Amino acid sequence: MGLKLGSSGAGAAVKRVTFLMSAGLAAAACDGGAVQPRALANAEPARGRATIEQVGCAACHHIPGVRGPKGRVGPPLEGFAERALIGGRVPNRPDLLALWVRDAPALVPGTGMPPMPLTEAESRDVAAYLYTLNAR
Amino acid sequence: MWPPISTRSTLAEALRGWPAPALDPGGPAAAAIATLSWVLLALTGLILAIVLAAIALALLGRPAWRAWLSGERLVWIGGVALPIVVLTGLLIYGLTTTGRLAAAGPPGEMRVRVTGEMWWWRVAYLDAAGREVIHDANEVHIPAGRPVTFELEAADVIHSFWVPRLAGKLDMIPGRRNVLRLQADAPGVYAGQCAEFCGGPHALMGFLVVAHPPAEFERWRAARLRPPAPPSDPLAARGAAVFAASGCGACHRIAGSAANGLAGPDLTFVGARRSLGAGILPNNQGTLAGWVADSQAIKPGNRMPPFRTFSGEELRALAAYLEGLR
Repeated sequence: MGLKLGSSGAGAAVKRVTFLMSAGLAAAACDGGAVQPRALANAEPARGRATIEQVGCAACHHIPGVRGPKGRVGPPLEGFAERALIGGRVPNRPDLLALWVRDAPALVPGTGMPPMPLTEAESRDVAAYLYTLNAR
Repeated sequence: MWPPISTRSTLAEALRGWPAPALDPGGPAAAAIATLSWVLLALTGLILAIVLAAIALALLGRPAWRAWLSGERLVWIGGVALPIVVLTGLLIYGLTTTGRLAAAGPPGEMRVRVTGEMWWWRVAYLDAAGREVIHDANEVHIPAGRPVTFELEAADVIHSFWVPRLAGKLDMIPGRRNVLRLQADAPGVYAGQCAEFCGGPHALMGFLVVAHPPAEFERWRAARLRPPAPPSDPLAARGAAVFAASGCGACHRIAGSAANGLAGPDLTFVGARRSLGAGILPNNQGTLAGWVADSQAIKPGNRMPPFRTFSGEELRALAAYLEGLR
């Protein structure tokens, strides 16, 4: 628990991260120092990274550790785990992030981010990968 | 430059794994070339072994053998007669093989015209009279188990049409029409790639050949002869209005709408394509929006300018409209 991720080698980090915290939201919120892996039931960051490559998130976002272009339409996602807001509007909570990556307009109607072809399980995996992205 | 995603969505499909796709033929044209490759490899291997043996003999052999090796007779046989026989035989074999592949098919055979453009593929399906009846881009649909005649042309510079599992490369040369007959023995998706450097994003110029069971192909063809229905979803309908108002139709054609530009890929059925940007991205609303807003970040140097004028909602509407064109 409280595993701190190095910024080097997202792939290695992905392997090391374990999501054993069952309801760790409060714990994460209270921890002023180390960044906690966020709680996402049955989510698997490595699977999330593969999904990110399959659906082409990189067309709009620069995402460390993901093969593909470095899109500039949406914000770069480096350090996303420590970002306060999703899309500048929504609190960066795991449940909201999992919904956001699948159906952003449901949270922010004016967003430019279209709904993505992801299942609920896939969105949790994608969110889990994004939470491995810590700032240096 | 970022690692081209085409190494995953087209090139990797095309080139990854063992046997290498060029040696894993999916049709008769590729099979003939694979056989030719193996014959060449075996023959050159045999000749290499003979030469190595001769060298070993010359260095280490008994004096009598060395004298025999350096005789004039062996030079004439091994140095002149044998190469003439072997190379002439290979030339005849190679030329007849490739000549057969380049021959035009019988009248009535399905014909597709593929034109290499910087840096995508214009695709037109011809009817019996040679008229272009279906327009598409970056994806070619064919019936499995039947030969199809490809007319290969180029609009600007030399490109090369290469589907490793179906045939060898054939250059697309401006002002010429090269003919290639292809057949996919089994239904499936066969990846292709431009195989002649054609400038900037050449490495990101991929395409797919989709082979259908014949009955399914006929249904596909019949559906493609009619333009898609206008969008019923309000967001997509708004996207159609944004598309029309933003001048997209100056470069892109959508049959059944006012958009009739010919500079860029035909978008009549863009939502039905398996990939975006000539084989480099998956095709969905997200990648469509990203491509429209800033394709230069995805495929630097391509001819489509970035469109930074749309609001988020307009961009999503456009993506919804385009994805619905299927």
